[in-house]
Amino acid sequence: MLSYVLRRVLYAVPILVGVSLLTFALFYLTTSPENLARRNISAKNPSPAQIQQWLKDHHYDKSRSEQFKDHMTSLATFRFGTSDATGQPIAETIRRGAGPSFVIGSLVFVTTLYLSLTLAIIAAYFRGTYVDLLTTIVTVLVMSIAYIVYVNVGQYLLGKVLKWGPLTGFEFGLGGLRFAALPVLIGAIAGFGGGARLYRTFLLDEINQDYVRTARAKGVSERAILLRHVLKNALIPLITSTVAAIPSLILGGVVTENFFNIPGLGSALVDAINGQDFAMVRAMVFLGTLLYIVGLILTDIAYALADPRVRLE
Amino acid sequence: MPEPLLSVENLRTYFSSSRGTVKAVDGVSFTVERGETRAIVGESGCGKSMTALSLLQLVPEPAGYIDSGRILFETRDLLDLTWSQMREIRGREIAMIFQEPMTSLNPVHTVGQQIREAMSVHGKAAGEATDRAIYLLGRVGLEDPAQALRQYPHELSGGMRQRVMIAIALANQPKLLIADEPTTALDVTVQAQILALIRELQAETGMAVLLITHDLGIVAEVADQVSVMYAGQIIESADTRSLFKDPRHPYTKGLFASLPARNRRGQDLATLEGIVPDAAAWPPACRFAPRCPYRWESCDTLRPKLFPPESDRPVRCHLYDPTIPGWPRLEKAGTTAV
Repeated sequence: MLSYVLRRVLYAVPILVGVSLLTFALFYLTTSPENLARRNISAKNPSPAQIQQWLKDHHYDKSRSEQFKDHMTSLATFRFGTSDATGQPIAETIRRGAGPSFVIGSLVFVTTLYLSLTLAIIAAYFRGTYVDLLTTIVTVLVMSIAYIVYVNVGQYLLGKVLKWGPLTGFEFGLGGLRFAALPVLIGAIAGFGGGARLYRTFLLDEINQDYVRTARAKGVSERAILLRHVLKNALIPLITSTVAAIPSLILGGVVTENFFNIPGLGSALVDAINGQDFAMVRAMVFLGTLLYIVGLILTDIAYALADPRVRLE
Repeated sequence: MPEPLLSVENLRTYFSSSRGTVKAVDGVSFTVERGETRAIVGESGCGKSMTALSLLQLVPEPAGYIDSGRILFETRDLLDLTWSQMREIRGREIAMIFQEPMTSLNPVHTVGQQIREAMSVHGKAAGEATDRAIYLLGRVGLEDPAQALRQYPHELSGGMRQRVMIAIALANQPKLLIADEPTTALDVTVQAQILALIRELQAETGMAVLLITHDLGIVAEVADQVSVMYAGQIIESADTRSLFKDPRHPYTKGLFASLPARNRRGQDLATLEGIVPDAAAWPPACRFAPRCPYRWESCDTLRPKLFPPESDRPVRCHLYDPTIPGWPRLEKAGTTAV
């Protein structure tokens, strides 16, 4: 197991270099450091000397290969430097944003998973009956409504009709529940439909397996079959579809954070892209890639835990 | 005469499909006496497995359903029981083993969990169940039962898994064991071992066995009584010795003629012409008629019944009923080989 994880970590190196190279190339294809400088210098019509100075301060004056080498070494040692737009240290921005993103993201993740799995189990238990049909109708309905509609209706109901005070913002601790309730609820409602449909399929695939017939022949009740036999086997595909979502817990939901004014990494990324803050963008892309790879390694470990036939070697 | 342990009367198990109702089991009757082995033999698609699954009401739903009939087990009709009463019969009074030992065990539970579960659902305490699980695994021939308890199915060979299935089936000392092609997926040497094991355990516990198979060799080895199924019906029943000495139904005769035999060495094996009819559209009268070398008009117009009724040796064929119009003289088809 340990040697497997080590090997996977080594595989991550070329992926990280590749992604960084791609980000770097895209930056030079779409814009230039001079544009960046003109945009980010406070003077209205900066002189060539001012631009040169800005490029020098932000290390855009060296050759491209040297720049890329510097990028890679600083990213690999997690020294992200300062923002091109604000001059703030990037590490600090990320540290501040990661907390709120993680709180909201994990609450949405857990609530959605709980809702969709519960509904999937109910649908699988009552398969082929009106209850099953009803869950299908409900899930398809919630999936068909756009996220923005939930946001508008939710904010209208809570803010205008119930007058619940400020609905956007963020706060750590119990006091923050006031802010978290709506984005978490809306995230879960908008998200559980797809999960419920998918997990129902996973469960029904297992229900027709031979070992289920064996369990019935032993006299095991339908409920125990579903919870003790089928669910554990369905975990394997289920893990695949959920663990991959973990990086977004920290990187934050871009849309959610913007609508609810949550000072997370999602809104930081949007600000950075809008502000042509290349230093910030490449740091976020690097972190995102890293988290994604960690998520995939965690998926593999979860497989081995759920299925005794899987050996990580 | 004592009551039989199991008496199936006129069982009909149907499937609804897009092509109409498929009568997979169409009026099957047989009995199993205490301690005896009855084999139901037939080729794939004849309804023998569905007959077996019907007894425990494990027919795949919602397409399949038991249309009518009676399944008398001891004094009760299993078709009258509620779901929870039926659950108490399953695994305790009647146990079942299946054809595919590779997939019939749950891959993510240990062997021990699966045997203990068979006992715990019927109320046995955990410690007692573990002791008995170790005993059973040893009894069915696993070398290190305590070790096997902790193993997962994929760590065992096919033969070992089928032994585990047998251990699960025997956990509650059932009165009847239904074995649905228990050795079909196994190597020939392992087949013989598993059959010997079932026979041994039967002698030890006095349970009855209902053996579903397509293999006449296995029938000869283990069965006391045989019923031959064709196209959803039983077409001939007899004790094993009589059936092998004197197969009567033209289909049964054909089956025996297709076996290699010492006295036919060097000749081609006989084959039955044609194929099994489509289950959604059985032939109108005798279902074997389209393939039968003795066929005459009545075979396409009159449905053959098991004849003589209430006998030890019924055959579903007009050849044995002199009252059928156009009946040929019996010698023509009678007891001579085809």
